[in-house]
Amino acid sequence: MRNVLGVINLVNERPILKELTHHRCLASVPFGGRYRMIDFTMSNFMNASVSKVAIFTKDKYRSLMDHLGSGKEWDLDHRSQGLFILPSIHPDEKIKGDIQQFYDHLEFFQRATADTVIIAPGHHICKIDFNDVIKVHESNEADITVLYKDFDGKPVNRPLYHQLSVDTDGVVRDINLYTAPAKGDHICLETYVIKKQLLIDLIKSCIEYEEYDFLKDVVKANLKELNVQGYHFTGHMPFIHSLETYHESSMEFLNPEILHTYFYDSWEVFTKIKHEAPAEYAISSNVSNSLIANGCIIEGTVENSIIFRGVKVRKGAVVKNSIIMQKGDIEEGAHIENIITDKQVIITKDQIITARKKPTVIKKEEVV
Amino acid sequence: MKSKKWVAMLLAGGQGSRLGELTSDLAKPAVPFGGKYRIIDFTLSNCTHSGIDTVGVLTQYRPHILNSYIGNGRPWDLDRNNGGVSMLPPYQGKDGGEWYKGTANAVYQNFHFIDHNNPEYVLVISGDHIYKMDYNKMLEDHIEKGAHATIAVIEVPWDEANRFGIMSTNDTDQIIEFDEKPKHPKSNLASMGVYLFNWKHLKKYLTEDEQDSTSTNDFGKDIIPKMLDDGANLQAYRFTDYWKDVGTIDSLWEAHMDLLEEPSVFELGNPNWQIYAGNANHPPQFISKEANVTQSLVNEGCLVFGKVEHSVLSYNVQVGSGTIVKDSVIMPNVKIGKNVIIEKAIIGSGTIIEDGAVISDPNQRLTLIGEKQLISAESALLQSL
Repeated sequence: MRNVLGVINLVNERPILKELTHHRCLASVPFGGRYRMIDFTMSNFMNASVSKVAIFTKDKYRSLMDHLGSGKEWDLDHRSQGLFILPSIHPDEKIKGDIQQFYDHLEFFQRATADTVIIAPGHHICKIDFNDVIKVHESNEADITVLYKDFDGKPVNRPLYHQLSVDTDGVVRDINLYTAPAKGDHICLETYVIKKQLLIDLIKSCIEYEEYDFLKDVVKANLKELNVQGYHFTGHMPFIHSLETYHESSMEFLNPEILHTYFYDSWEVFTKIKHEAPAEYAISSNVSNSLIANGCIIEGTVENSIIFRGVKVRKGAVVKNSIIMQKGDIEEGAHIENIITDKQVIITKDQIITARKKPTVIKKEEVV
Repeated sequence: MKSKKWVAMLLAGGQGSRLGELTSDLAKPAVPFGGKYRIIDFTLSNCTHSGIDTVGVLTQYRPHILNSYIGNGRPWDLDRNNGGVSMLPPYQGKDGGEWYKGTANAVYQNFHFIDHNNPEYVLVISGDHIYKMDYNKMLEDHIEKGAHATIAVIEVPWDEANRFGIMSTNDTDQIIEFDEKPKHPKSNLASMGVYLFNWKHLKKYLTEDEQDSTSTNDFGKDIIPKMLDDGANLQAYRFTDYWKDVGTIDSLWEAHMDLLEEPSVFELGNPNWQIYAGNANHPPQFISKEANVTQSLVNEGCLVFGKVEHSVLSYNVQVGSGTIVKDSVIMPNVKIGKNVIIEKAIIGSGTIIEDGAVISDPNQRLTLIGEKQLISAESALLQSL
């Protein structure tokens, strides 16, 4: 699809993953043993042959830039197309909303040869076939298509999600902003398809009236004037809104069926290439029900866990129900349970750290 | 154009017929190795780590996989504006063209490529050895000793010396004699197939060699003995780390088993000397609840439900439940069913081993299964008979 522009909108991100989002944006949070959350959306775009992608960043995007590089892994190092990282042009001011930032980079939209734009957030773990979304968008002759999914996550008591009312023809009748959803509610995935020219016109008029929120001021405000259609996404997608749900959703990837859906079925999920050696299992290793990435050296016991690239689990160490991010080092005799260790954490010799109900995070580069 | 200090000419044309069915579709240097690499990655990565930015890869036999694998050389940082990697198959010139007749002739036919880069030194290396070597140290030695040529050598066990090109040296490591596969070796210093030449000097010898109709146009058999006859200063550069020629099925298997030694004899994972490879993208490996993996190397994309012991699993290998894989090398994309036994075997890429098959030689010999085979329980049984 050479005529589609991909936009990843990080402006509305909230640091819902506490320590994991202290120093990095949500899109850049490691997930699934070797990925960053943004890889899923990037790969979905790639599957739809989107050859120009803009990422509107808010803050803490150093690790994201490092991860994405020239976009080569997602086939985005093109001469005229490619990957664009578009941060705020008012670094000293509090951002007014995503529309402000779209407007500040309006030239990017105006210059693009594409006539259709997909806008998506950067932290959704899912495989959405955008080829189909565009097809449905076009056959509906929709002005805007909004993706939604029935809520099937853990109960939320904070108003984190937006809800759609969709009639039987698939027309979006209303949008309730900031609700705490119940099972089965149509949750807006903040993923949209819109014609480029219409987007540019709506952005300009919003700025004129000092309106800055895309969902509220472009989508919701125009439900009557425009043909706004819902696209019902029925595939797997965890609702991640807390450390607990992050931990649980990660552990879902230990289910071979889920693994198959994401990694062995249809298109691949791409990520930054590193040159680690295959994982090394020592004579003393004892691994079960776990995902292990390359570059790991496993001498100890690993159970129900997700082990990222370059982690060492030394002799006699035990890792259970835990997520160990890149280059963690679990020293001899250490024992951890229900823990998320951020990158480069060292759990020293014979340390015992177990969390009971909620998973506990050990911050980046900490030595415990 | 700025002239180069040195260029590397990497010999990758070998058919590798002693690797049997593993090379029916690809050249020896392209054979998978170590779970995620191809054999040629080791020499290419040596070039990267040695700061060599211009590498000519001489191909001849079944080059397609190698061509597409190496591409623009990006994984090895060889996608350069000036230099980089060039694939050099035989070609037609105005006086016609011909196949590469021998290693020396292959380099001779690419005379213009080297002259175009105008290097002071030419490093000739081969794409079928497993080792990690900083060629800079060899160059320093070469310059210091004012050598015309330097040959990297390694001590081999005396009883194996008759399989190699053997150097006899004086006490300053100057080569005084060279014997190709001698029956009664006078030394145990074997050539590693790594040659460093002064380009001007080599050029003269390559030209003369080409005109000699009795020559086999080979570095080891013709060029080096001729230089020695002429009294040129040939130096041996002693290499003491791990080096392995993986030209036979047995040595290929042994080299894989070497990777599994504890403590390690050849480390793949050293962050200061990574082996670069044209990576495909695969998910993390999944080790199931009932699986058991010990003393093994397992690459991404693997799904393991059975028992893996002292083996190397390349990317996208599946091991079904109740299956035992022991002392084996499983090449990429092999699917192994349930309740299979595989012992001391090399299984070629893309092969499918069906449920219940037993692959194990009753005499403890190595079993080789080629690429893209379908092995049922019955056919495995027939094979072992």
